[in-house]
Amino acid sequence: MTLREAAPILQADNISLRFGGVRALTEVSLSVHPGEVFSIIGPNGAGKTSFVNCVSGRYSPTSGRILFEGQDITRMRTNRRAAVGIGRTFQNLALFGHMTVLENIMVGRHHLLKRGFLAGMAYWAGGAEAEELKHREEVERIIDFLEIQHVRKAIAGQLPYGLRKRVELARAMALQPRLILLDEPMAGMNLEEKEDMARYILDLNEEWGMTVLMIEHDMGVVMDISHRVAVLDFGRCIATGTPEVVLANEHVRRAYLGEVDELAAEPVA
Amino acid sequence: MDWNLLLPLLLNGLIVGALYGVVAMSFVLIYKASQVVNFAQGEFLLVGAWVCWYFLTEWHLPFWAGFLFTMAFMTLFGIILQVVVLRPLIGEPVISVIMATIGLGMFFQALMKWIFGVFARPFPPIFATERVELLGLQVQPVYLMSLAISVVIMAAFAWFFTASKHGLAMRATAFDQQVAQSLGISVPKVFAMSWAISALVSSVAGVVVGAVNGVSSALSFYGIKVFPAVILGGLDSIVGAVLGGIIVGLLENLAQYVDATWLNWGNMYAIAPFYALILILLVKPYGLFGTKNIERV
Repeated sequence: MTLREAAPILQADNISLRFGGVRALTEVSLSVHPGEVFSIIGPNGAGKTSFVNCVSGRYSPTSGRILFEGQDITRMRTNRRAAVGIGRTFQNLALFGHMTVLENIMVGRHHLLKRGFLAGMAYWAGGAEAEELKHREEVERIIDFLEIQHVRKAIAGQLPYGLRKRVELARAMALQPRLILLDEPMAGMNLEEKEDMARYILDLNEEWGMTVLMIEHDMGVVMDISHRVAVLDFGRCIATGTPEVVLANEHVRRAYLGEVDELAAEPVA
Repeated sequence: MDWNLLLPLLLNGLIVGALYGVVAMSFVLIYKASQVVNFAQGEFLLVGAWVCWYFLTEWHLPFWAGFLFTMAFMTLFGIILQVVVLRPLIGEPVISVIMATIGLGMFFQALMKWIFGVFARPFPPIFATERVELLGLQVQPVYLMSLAISVVIMAAFAWFFTASKHGLAMRATAFDQQVAQSLGISVPKVFAMSWAISALVSSVAGVVVGAVNGVSSALSFYGIKVFPAVILGGLDSIVGAVLGGIIVGLLENLAQYVDATWLNWGNMYAIAPFYALILILLVKPYGLFGTKNIERV
C-alpha cells in the first residue's frame, strides 16, 4: 500500500465541535492520504457534514487541529483554504441560481485569476490574452469532462437536479483543488445518474489527481469506489479502514447498517 | 397637449431620471452585497460634489484632474466608511445598522455645512454654454454630458457584473456568503469594494448635478429620491434601479406638466414620486424586479 506511506494530505487531530450543550463532534481523528477516495459514512446527525465544515472552514472546531499538507489550517479563513487547495460541494445544492453555468464555474476560478478581468469570457472573446486563454481552456476541459457543454449558457437555477449537481462539481473543480470535499454528491439521484457521478468521481481522482473526501449514504457506491472509509456515530469516529474491514466491524453493523442485536430486536411490550 | 412644454419636461425627466438611476444603482449595490440600507447615499453625492468643487476652485485644478482626484478620494472614503463604521456592525440588528447610516448622513450633512458654508456655490464653467439643437429643442451641453455619463456608468456596471472577476465575486457573495467564501472569495473585501464603488459612482452623479445646479446641501435630496426608484425597481435589482430611476424622473416631470396645465396645486414635482412610492408598496411591495423573499425592513 503505497498510499499509506505518503504523508497525509489531510490530518485531523482530536477534532471536537460543540454548539452550546450539543456535541457535534467528539475527538475525531482522521487522516486522508494523497490520491485516496476517502468516504465518511454514518447515520443522520452523526456529524459528517460538521466534520467537512470544519475542514472547509465553515465551522471552527472547539478543540483539535487540522493539517492540510502539513500546514495548520485550523484557524485559517475559509476563503484562504480555497486558495491553498481545498474545494467543496454542498449537501443542499448551493449553485448561484441566477447566474449562468459558465459564470458559476468562473466564480470557482476567482482565486486563480490574477488580473481582475476576464473580459469577453469564454466564447465571444477575440484576441484573448495568454492568461485568459489558459483559464478558458481549463474551464472548457472541465465542462467537457462533466458533459455539460449543452447547458453552459443556461441559468443554473433552471436546470434539472442531476445536472445542477454536476455543475456544482464543475465549480468546485474549477478551483483546481488538491483535496475536494463532496457532501452527498449522489443524494436524490436515480441509478443512472449515480453511476455517472461515480464515474466522474473516479475519473477526477485518477485522471485529475484530486484527493476525494466524500460523504455518501449509498453504501453500494461507497464500498465500490472508496479506498478507505470512516464511520461516524454520535460525533465519534467508531471505525476506519478499507471498505471490507469496515463492513465487517461489529460496531458499524450495529450503529449504521441497521443490523440489530437480539436485545433491541425484541418487541417492547 | 402643449408639446412645447411637455417635450422639454420629458427630456429633463430622462436626464434627471438617468442620474437617479445611477444613484439608485449604487444604493442597490450596497444593499445587495452587504444587506445594508444606506440612508447616507445622498451625502455621498454631497461630499463628492464639494470635494470636486474644492479641487477646482481652491486648488485651481483643471476639470479632468479634479474629477480624477475626487474619484480617488471617494473610493478611499467608501472603503474607510465600511471598515471603520459598518464592519463592526456586521451581525447587529438591521435597525442598528440603519440608525448608523442615518447618523452618518446627518454627520456629513453638518460637516459639509461647517466646512463649506450653507450657501450654494457654482462650479466653474466646464463646458461651452451655447445651446445645441436636439430634436427641435435647445439643450445645454452640460445636460447632454450628464446623460452620456449616466449611460457610460450603467454600461460599466453591466460589464463589471458580467465579465469581471470582482463583479462575479460580488454577485456570488450577494447570493450566498458561505458558498462564496468556500470558493475563495474574501467577503470583507467584497463589502469594502461595494462601498467604494457605491461612493465613487454616487460622487460622479454629485459632481454632474453640482456642475449643472451648483453645489449645496440640496444635493443630498437625491438620496431620498432613490427610495421611490429602488422600491419601484425592487430593492435588490440593479436593472430595476436604473429603470426605477428613469421612471421616477419622468414621473416627476409628467406630474409637473399635469400640475401646470390642469391642476395648479403646485409642487407636484416634488411630491409625486412619493405618492407613487406608497402606491407601489401597497400593490407590488417587491417592486418590478425584486426577489420575493428579501427581508423587508
